[in-house]
Amino acid sequence: MMLSRTASQLYWMSRYMERAENLARLLDVTHSLSLLPQSRGGADIAAALATTGALDACRARHPQLAAADVLHFMTFDAANPASIISCLKYARENAHAVRGKITGEMWENINASWLEARQMAAEGRPLAGFFDWVKERSHLFRGTTYGTIQRNDAFSFIRLGTFLERADNTARLIDVKSHLVGHELDDSAADFYLWGALLRSLGAFEAYHELYRDSLSARRVAELLILRPDVPRSLRACVDEIAELLPRIQGDTGHRAKRLAATLHAELCYDQIDSILAGGLHAYLAQFLSQIHALGAEVHGAYLEAA
Amino acid sequence: MHALTLPEAHHYDEMLLASGGIRPHYRDFAHWLHSQSPQTLARKRAEADLMFHRVGITFAVYGDDSGAERLIPFDSVPRIIPASDWRTLEAGMRQRVTALNAFLHDIYHEQHIVKAGIIPAEQVFSNSQYQPAMQGLDLPHRIYAHITGVDVIRHNDGNFYVLEDNLRVPSGVSYMLENRKMMMRLFPELFASHAVAPVQHYPTLLLNTLRHASLAENPTVVVLTPGHHNSAYFEHAFLAQQMGVELVEGQDLFVKHNRVYMRTTAGHKQVDVIYRRIDDAFLDPLAFRADSMLGVPGLLSVYRSGGVILANAIGTGVADDKSIYPYVPDMIRFYLSEEPLLQNVPTWMCRRPAELDHVLNNLAELVVKEVHGAGGYGMLIGPAASNAEIEDFRQRILADPSNYIAQPTLCLSSCPTFVEAGIAPRHIDLRPFVLSGREISMVAGGLTRVALKEGSLVVNSSQGGGTKDTWILED
Repeated sequence: MMLSRTASQLYWMSRYMERAENLARLLDVTHSLSLLPQSRGGADIAAALATTGALDACRARHPQLAAADVLHFMTFDAANPASIISCLKYARENAHAVRGKITGEMWENINASWLEARQMAAEGRPLAGFFDWVKERSHLFRGTTYGTIQRNDAFSFIRLGTFLERADNTARLIDVKSHLVGHELDDSAADFYLWGALLRSLGAFEAYHELYRDSLSARRVAELLILRPDVPRSLRACVDEIAELLPRIQGDTGHRAKRLAATLHAELCYDQIDSILAGGLHAYLAQFLSQIHALGAEVHGAYLEAA
Repeated sequence: MHALTLPEAHHYDEMLLASGGIRPHYRDFAHWLHSQSPQTLARKRAEADLMFHRVGITFAVYGDDSGAERLIPFDSVPRIIPASDWRTLEAGMRQRVTALNAFLHDIYHEQHIVKAGIIPAEQVFSNSQYQPAMQGLDLPHRIYAHITGVDVIRHNDGNFYVLEDNLRVPSGVSYMLENRKMMMRLFPELFASHAVAPVQHYPTLLLNTLRHASLAENPTVVVLTPGHHNSAYFEHAFLAQQMGVELVEGQDLFVKHNRVYMRTTAGHKQVDVIYRRIDDAFLDPLAFRADSMLGVPGLLSVYRSGGVILANAIGTGVADDKSIYPYVPDMIRFYLSEEPLLQNVPTWMCRRPAELDHVLNNLAELVVKEVHGAGGYGMLIGPAASNAEIEDFRQRILADPSNYIAQPTLCLSSCPTFVEAGIAPRHIDLRPFVLSGREISMVAGGLTRVALKEGSLVVNSSQGGGTKDTWILED
């Protein structure tokens, strides 16, 4: 048993840290793609922004959508609540509020990340190095958490935040690539870069080659990132964790959240990629995202607000 | 009104005699200190700084969201008090807190002390800290101040004087505990050679006191904090953690069916005792300040019907106000039929014409304070003031005499302290913590604050004060 507010702060601490990492992954890959000859530059990066819901705000600030402006808006712009630096700030604020419930090493880690990021923003650090740094800090935070905190409800809520955020981000990332391609499925050479970039942004490029030992195909990429339980950023892997975490939380509340997680889990376990693609990848992902959002809302209602 | 005897020029030093000799209770320590190399001591101090940073004994500065946190300086020369002195202090504080609780019960019930003409009615009832909502309310065991911090100084006559009683939300006890832990880590050998009374059981005593405050069978206790922007947030979190109870904010609590509940991941849980670290005015927006986001709507109504206990009670501030302070010795005589064991600092009340004359004739030697002021505001320090400032203050006193009290300029005792250039005397005070539960209990110790600036008498952490470990030596 713990205070709902505390659970909420733990949950959002890790959600924001995970969001910062996913943003860094998304922007890193988009940034490299924008350097390719056929790229439309800022417009491609802006298309990626559509996944974060920040595109309108960005266009309001930078109507030209110049690549450098868009990237700055999403990384170091503290006035943009969806930027990486804002995510690190919110992660740190939530951690500060629950300092007594996390280990000293976790706090020091998350506090140092925020202080250093501010420093980097002030210095205008080159972006490629910054993206790597964000990923490293997120790995460090997750490792410190895993290696130091007691296995109790606090741990469960921290992990729940990580995997709900990651499931959401992976689904949006796959979705934006299907948009970028312009049509739902194509194994043409131009798209090779896009699907490759998607795998790289999710750290799954090596896994793809090891599992399929074949050239990139949209069908296999989709299968890997949606249904494979052994790829840690796939939708299936995220939902596996969520379905295991929820029943572990003490107390009698959260029936609807647990049922929803179990349903989602069963679907991902027994769905097949061909039937998913037959219904349309975009439609499938939109449905998944609405289920993940409903699950997030149930978790909020049952544990984090407990009105 | 008795006058203080003020030996000229010299102040009282806790370690050194005027002759330069060492007081007996400091001899072993002085001997040890002499045997330590400056390098070792410097290394230990650096180690202490680092450890305090890591533990997070930090002091959040209001309005600073830069992520940086300041450290309250810790001085590693302990303030040592012999057992005989502590016995006097302990008995005196026990007596004082008993009388203050009796006073609070009395003024919120029959008001015998007012009817007996000992304290003027307007001093009590027109005091802004007097809470009409408490009138006639019966509290379990008649305890109002469950936790009291008594600020004590040693004057240059060698005697202890009570500077003020803190009956609202006294803070600082976490530093007492962390300072001891730090000293034991840095200098374990000193604890082998000195019989230092332990203080680490304070959180257990506090929890017992809070549980006893309720008549419930197995009461649920929480600590209520204004949140992590508060300067004492570390202490709130520390005490909750040490007692193993939840640290809650107002938004975590709500009122239903005349009980208080907290929102948890396992549903709603009833709360029986709230160790609140927020002021009366912010407790309940329906009853007090409507703009307060820190409190719990409806809390007062539950409290008044006995559904929850607040520690300390609402309305205790009327007993630690500067205008009531001069009457504490009379309270002790009135309620306990005893003579006070600890002295008050002599205080002239400007509302009395004869004392007003004395004050006006001696402004250059006195400290004059507004009766409801705090934190050094609205204060004249005669010896440090210019003629113009004194004249200005004279006009203010004359315009509203009853708003002022005056005291002699006290000379806080000093204690050797690490400074830039070695070890030098710095002025100190002492805040022991008195718990009123089934019986009055306290750990032998307290928070010693030290003014780190040479000659300064201001020990507040907001103005460059530090802290020391406080050792009560057992016989």
